[in-house]
Amino acid sequence: MLRRLLLDRAIVVDEWRYLEEGADAAALGDAAALGGPPALEDAGLAPGTAGGRWILPYERWLAARAAWRLPPRATGVLLEPTHAIERIGPALANFSLIAVRFPSPSDGRGYTQGRLLRERWGFTGELRAVDYVRHDQLFFLARCGFNAFELPEHEFPGALAALGTFTAEYQASNDAGLAMPLRHR
Amino acid sequence: MYRYDSIDKTLVDERVAQFRDQTQRFLTGQLSEEEFRHLRLRNGLYIQRHAPMLRVAIPYGLLSSGQLRMLGGIARRYDRGYGHLTTRQNIQFNWPKLEDVPDILADLATVEMHAIQTSGNCIRNTTSDHLAGVTPEELEDPRPWCEIIRQWSTFHPEFTYLPRKFKIAVTGAPQDRAASMVHDVGVHIVRGASGELGFEIIAGGGLGRTPIIGQVVREFLPRDHLLSYLEAILRVYNLEGRRDNLTKARIKILVRSLGIEEFRRRVEAEWAQIKESSLRLGEAEIARVSGFFAPPAYRVLGDEDPEVGRETAFRAWYRHNTHAHKISGYRAVFVSLKKPDVAPGDVTDAQMELIADLADRFAFGEIRVTHTQNFVFADVEQAACYELWRALAAAGLATPNIGTLTDMICCPGLDFCSLANAGSIDVAKRINERFDDYDYLYDLGELDVKMSGCMNACGHHHVGHIGILGVDKGGEEWYQITIGGAAGKDAALGSVIGPSVAKAEVAETIARLLAVYVERREPEERFVDTVHRIGVKPFKERVYAAPAAA
Repeated sequence: MLRRLLLDRAIVVDEWRYLEEGADAAALGDAAALGGPPALEDAGLAPGTAGGRWILPYERWLAARAAWRLPPRATGVLLEPTHAIERIGPALANFSLIAVRFPSPSDGRGYTQGRLLRERWGFTGELRAVDYVRHDQLFFLARCGFNAFELPEHEFPGALAALGTFTAEYQASNDAGLAMPLRHR
Repeated sequence: MYRYDSIDKTLVDERVAQFRDQTQRFLTGQLSEEEFRHLRLRNGLYIQRHAPMLRVAIPYGLLSSGQLRMLGGIARRYDRGYGHLTTRQNIQFNWPKLEDVPDILADLATVEMHAIQTSGNCIRNTTSDHLAGVTPEELEDPRPWCEIIRQWSTFHPEFTYLPRKFKIAVTGAPQDRAASMVHDVGVHIVRGASGELGFEIIAGGGLGRTPIIGQVVREFLPRDHLLSYLEAILRVYNLEGRRDNLTKARIKILVRSLGIEEFRRRVEAEWAQIKESSLRLGEAEIARVSGFFAPPAYRVLGDEDPEVGRETAFRAWYRHNTHAHKISGYRAVFVSLKKPDVAPGDVTDAQMELIADLADRFAFGEIRVTHTQNFVFADVEQAACYELWRALAAAGLATPNIGTLTDMICCPGLDFCSLANAGSIDVAKRINERFDDYDYLYDLGELDVKMSGCMNACGHHHVGHIGILGVDKGGEEWYQITIGGAAGKDAALGSVIGPSVAKAEVAETIARLLAVYVERREPEERFVDTVHRIGVKPFKERVYAAPAAA
């Protein structure tokens, strides 16, 4: 099923899939994933091609990376709020996509995770907010370095405007290239 | 005082538009109650017992006369003609309609006010000393630092969804009038080894269900690093504070479970990474913000004694409701909102407008809200105090009880708050009726009585010299009494004296506690110091000795 995505201020079709999604996951079953030979190409899911870009939960990626020889540049990882960026950051910098999960309207750990990925570890790929993502978070998420947002269908109308809820700011931000806030200049 | 520039104005106007949209989405069913709750709380809007309650931010308690006039107008137009000052120097309106709130916010924006981050799990209004800039013993005016923190913390993108609320207080004098030791972070302006000014940073204080006194994280922080250090603390808290249990989510629990050494190590490690970022404050920015708090145009005056030849009532008021000023010929004047028959901290629309007018006439057009739920005119000429007193007295605003037993801190209690177990306003009334002899009150000296209607401790009962906590016992309102608490730099948590007492016995219980104090005190000794010296036992024995005389 095609999923829409707000990416770099445009609504696009998501080229990435989660490992657990759909029948394809069967071809990448745990046995193969953990012990067997690389199955991505066999399943017609060559990394780097449309339909072949997979997002794996961080622990799955850790377990599978040796066997699959997954090239980070064609692989994405999904982080939970508990993942300590400070510790695992060096392993993440080369991915082309990092998805950060926001499990509820009140869990704000992902904002710090996003900033640490961008600012401390220099992550330049797609930084995607997933799970509970709504209009009211978009402005703040973007300022923390997120450039991709998985929204429920009903949240697409007005989402672009929500990114621009505020047109002034007090803090330096990622969306402005870490520029100094105006008044400190 | 601070005046908005185009950045501040843009942000506040856009916030009004955002909240109008959010309210509309809720009213048309696009947002669920739960989703809207998270949004409205970040805008100070609670759903309470009778109606929504809207808390309006008063940054570090400082108001212009125009702003206070607007608050009075809002109380009249959208509420039932009054507001309630809070212990964090804000004002609450208890009766607005949900659909009116966007219009109220739009009105507030016209006078550079808002309700941003006055509730919810985010960085709240930064509070400070209500005598900032005028009290003689001050090292430095804390208000520029409060304003710098206000800007940094407003819509901070990383810290908008914290584990729990986060409160910062800044003080610049040795005497702590902002309860900074029971804040999530306390910032104290102090002198470093070579005499330069910087900050002592306290963290992990808080009241509520688990009262804890804050601990020193850093003894001396150079002033240019204030924001980077706060950001490091917030970042550690945001990542590691508990989110599984609301009652264990405050930073005080994190500090306690890690221990202050480990907490400090983590903060310092994070700080080392960010201290040289754009968060570092330049002298130009410090000077720019400080410029907004330059002293008003004081006249050159000699000190005089306004009591000479005046009536007793004025002299009592002048002694108790005014405070020394660093400029000769001036006084800081308290406006008591603790009239015996009025709920502590309540102020009517007409009173707000009158106080605004008096500020224009006598006090350079500025008013402060105190942590103790009164107003202050910070800069009044001594020679004008008599005329000011007459105007205040005529409006019921000159009760000469500042710092005494009846200058109680009190939450709205069961009458308004959906969380409360018990009423607090009527208990305050009974205490006022019992202790109506001002000679006795003055003889008792400094006495902080603090009352909360429930464990959330909005009335700071743990740190009252006498604390009163409303508890529910089989559907009845009972009160647990603590003694020996203190909220200043010598902060201490009170000790429970014994089983809770019925509503009708609260005033008698206090009378017995005070009787023990009067018998046992040493010269010049405050109630709280007597408690600390002789312990709780003598007080407890007296209170529970025999039934109250009818």
